[in-house]
Amino acid sequence: MKLNFRLVIFSLATIFGIVFSVPSLLQTEGGKKINLGLDLQGGLHMLLGVKSEEAIKSKVKSIATGINYFADKNDIFIEDLKIDGEEIHFLFLDSDDREGIERYLSKIEHTKFTISGESVSLEITPEGQEIIKQQALNQAVETIRNRLDQFGLAEPTVAKQGEDKILVELPGIKTQEEEQRARNLIAKSAQLYLMAVDESHQAQAGIMTNAQADNYGDLLLPDVIDENVKYLVRSIPILDGARLTNANVVFNEMQQPVITFKLDSLGAEVFGNFTGKNVGNRLAVVLDGKVFSAPVINERIGGGSGQISGNFQLQEAQDLAIALRSGALLAPVYIMEKRSIGPSLGADSIQSATVALVSGFILVIIFMILYYGRAGIVSNIALITNLFLILAVMSLFGATLTLPGMAGIVLTVGMAVDANVIINERIRELLYAGKSVSKSISEGYERATTAILDANITTLIAAVVLYAYGNGPIKGFAITISIGILASMLTAILGTRGIYESIANSVAKRGSGFFGLPKGEKK
Amino acid sequence: MELFRVTNRYSFMSKSKLFLSISLTLMILSIALLFTKGLNFGIDFAGGTLVQVKYSEEAPISQIREALSDNELFNGASITEFGSPDEVIIKIKKASGELQKDIGDVVREELKGTGDYQIRRVDMVGAKVGGELREQGLTSLALVMISILIYVSLRFEWRFALASIFALVHDVTIALGAIVLFQVEVNLDTLAALLTILGYSLNDTIIVFDRIREGLVKFKDITLSHIIDESVSRTLSRTTLTSLTTFFVVLTLFLFGGEIIYGFSFTLLVGVVVGTYSSIFIASPTLIWFKFSVDGYRRILAEKDKREKEKERMRAMYERGVM
Repeated sequence: MKLNFRLVIFSLATIFGIVFSVPSLLQTEGGKKINLGLDLQGGLHMLLGVKSEEAIKSKVKSIATGINYFADKNDIFIEDLKIDGEEIHFLFLDSDDREGIERYLSKIEHTKFTISGESVSLEITPEGQEIIKQQALNQAVETIRNRLDQFGLAEPTVAKQGEDKILVELPGIKTQEEEQRARNLIAKSAQLYLMAVDESHQAQAGIMTNAQADNYGDLLLPDVIDENVKYLVRSIPILDGARLTNANVVFNEMQQPVITFKLDSLGAEVFGNFTGKNVGNRLAVVLDGKVFSAPVINERIGGGSGQISGNFQLQEAQDLAIALRSGALLAPVYIMEKRSIGPSLGADSIQSATVALVSGFILVIIFMILYYGRAGIVSNIALITNLFLILAVMSLFGATLTLPGMAGIVLTVGMAVDANVIINERIRELLYAGKSVSKSISEGYERATTAILDANITTLIAAVVLYAYGNGPIKGFAITISIGILASMLTAILGTRGIYESIANSVAKRGSGFFGLPKGEKK
Repeated sequence: MELFRVTNRYSFMSKSKLFLSISLTLMILSIALLFTKGLNFGIDFAGGTLVQVKYSEEAPISQIREALSDNELFNGASITEFGSPDEVIIKIKKASGELQKDIGDVVREELKGTGDYQIRRVDMVGAKVGGELREQGLTSLALVMISILIYVSLRFEWRFALASIFALVHDVTIALGAIVLFQVEVNLDTLAALLTILGYSLNDTIIVFDRIREGLVKFKDITLSHIIDESVSRTLSRTTLTSLTTFFVVLTLFLFGGEIIYGFSFTLLVGVVVGTYSSIFIASPTLIWFKFSVDGYRRILAEKDKREKEKERMRAMYERGVM
């Protein structure tokens, strides 16, 4: 054995490959490991769309709520406060209030308003709408992330994708039921409103149409338990969930789970004022368009806390509290793409891909020895190092291994020997041409190198495009095949040559027989 | 062991017309299939929902069909065995955006009473995402072709690039023909396999082209078709060998890799065979088609050589301080 710089580099690469692939192969405690893609470990992948128009609607609603409270607090009489699409209209009775109203309205962001006589209309500007849509998307990402963090699953991914999409990835979801629960948690808009029941017309709520309710400036909302029970509530809410600071599950006197919530100081003030002025009337607690309860106000409620009850299961109440705490979704989300894979299917995929890998590997190893004899063994050493290198590099970068990625490794086994084949064929050719063994080896490597580079670069081009355009699993394929190609160039061009040089004497002694050719035919 | 002795020279060019006509026939047939039968797009590109259900024993397909029939969501659903008799795939053309209760949940409820089962996979692709994926897929195919065109033009000559692109179009067309013929579903992984074929087949072609390039420099008074015969023969053993090892592993993937990557391994299997064939018999003869001129290329090489030498001379003069 003679040391040479190629052999040293190759040995270092082999050691590097083995050392860094050990944590992934043996699943040790520490060390950097390859991540399994969702298609191999099971889990849920979703691409969510955001209905951002809805965010504008709820923004309009909250502006109206603000106007209502402003007028109430400053004893300004306003009438017919109505929401019409993206516009708010109302009348004020005393023209002395005009200046105060103007001052208040001009402070509201992203809006413009006109006052003609006593009628005021206010709308959200087009730029404002864009900003609100963007905010809704960012807020949705934040909110969903918060909720999933509290849900207690390992490593959820929530990220903005493109202009209007959200990527959600949840590894470790085991069952369909669990998945549905997670989806429910994401989907809950958790829009909490405290609304005044319209006591003067509530008696007719059962026979009223939505259009009639609208005429009164009211909304007709169903009861959460019995859809047929309807409540008629003022359409401008008293408060919304934005003023909420905390929400928790407690048990009431009947040992049923209920949710208590706490309002911030402004919320508490609004709540106190309203309840003070409306003793004897009912207050509806509305969540996501359904009335959870509508208790009669007995006295002014200070302190700013309230309760939501509604025949909850404990888990349901807990999820709802999470949703309330993490804030409302300003805009509802919907599924654009979903891929959900059970852990058992992932395990099956790993198994079948491994069987393919091992059998493919053995076939190639045997074939190379049959065809090239001792030179085949040298190529096989390079091939084995190659496999370790793929695993090591993937582990170091924390890359994700997917099913197509495993297929990529299998394919690499077939293609990685290519560089060796090119070299070996060149050497055989030179041997036939009557060159000496050592001359054949050095010339063979030189001539083969450009061909190897040119050929592999084209495959790399395809892999890079795949990475840029592919989805998760396909990206995994692009990664393994790229690393495989790069590693095969290193192991073939440097590695095997280093080995030949170090055992040059024995190679020379065996002559062309070393390369699987009949011995006598040196010429 | 030797499959083809490297010193043998086989006469490919004398039969190039035959091979070209075989290839053109196959390509025309494939295109005809593409236009008549058409590609069978899976949910990745067409949108829709796929639910994979595994039973603890043989899946009661007729019972499943009946259980789903009362829900109009499943009108026109296809219910087929998947890989083993225990497993079925339920596929519908619709996708629902509903988060709280999606089609997977509906299937789970509807199937109650059909036995002991487990839902293992629910894939749902909305029409919009499907359209986007289709667009991206076509872009990526085009992008790979263009990048390869540029790379080969830079490294060789533009007619080499055209010839290799012709070979690639040949491979992809015939692979697509096979995909239609065997009604293989076209999904993202099938596309990945097609792109891999592009890279793989080109790999083989370039090894041959590299030899031709070398031959053009080395042999001064030989015709192009002679050089091609020489180069293809010299690389024949390598081309077959690498194709064989790749074929082996793709075959193991095809046999043992499982149903999920069936489309992927099938496409690769066809691609490896067609790609090898085109690298040996098609890519090089088309150089002559495209009127590649040996003398022209040699002139360019000589030109290049002269410029280099001139540059060197100038540099030498400059270093000596003459200029």
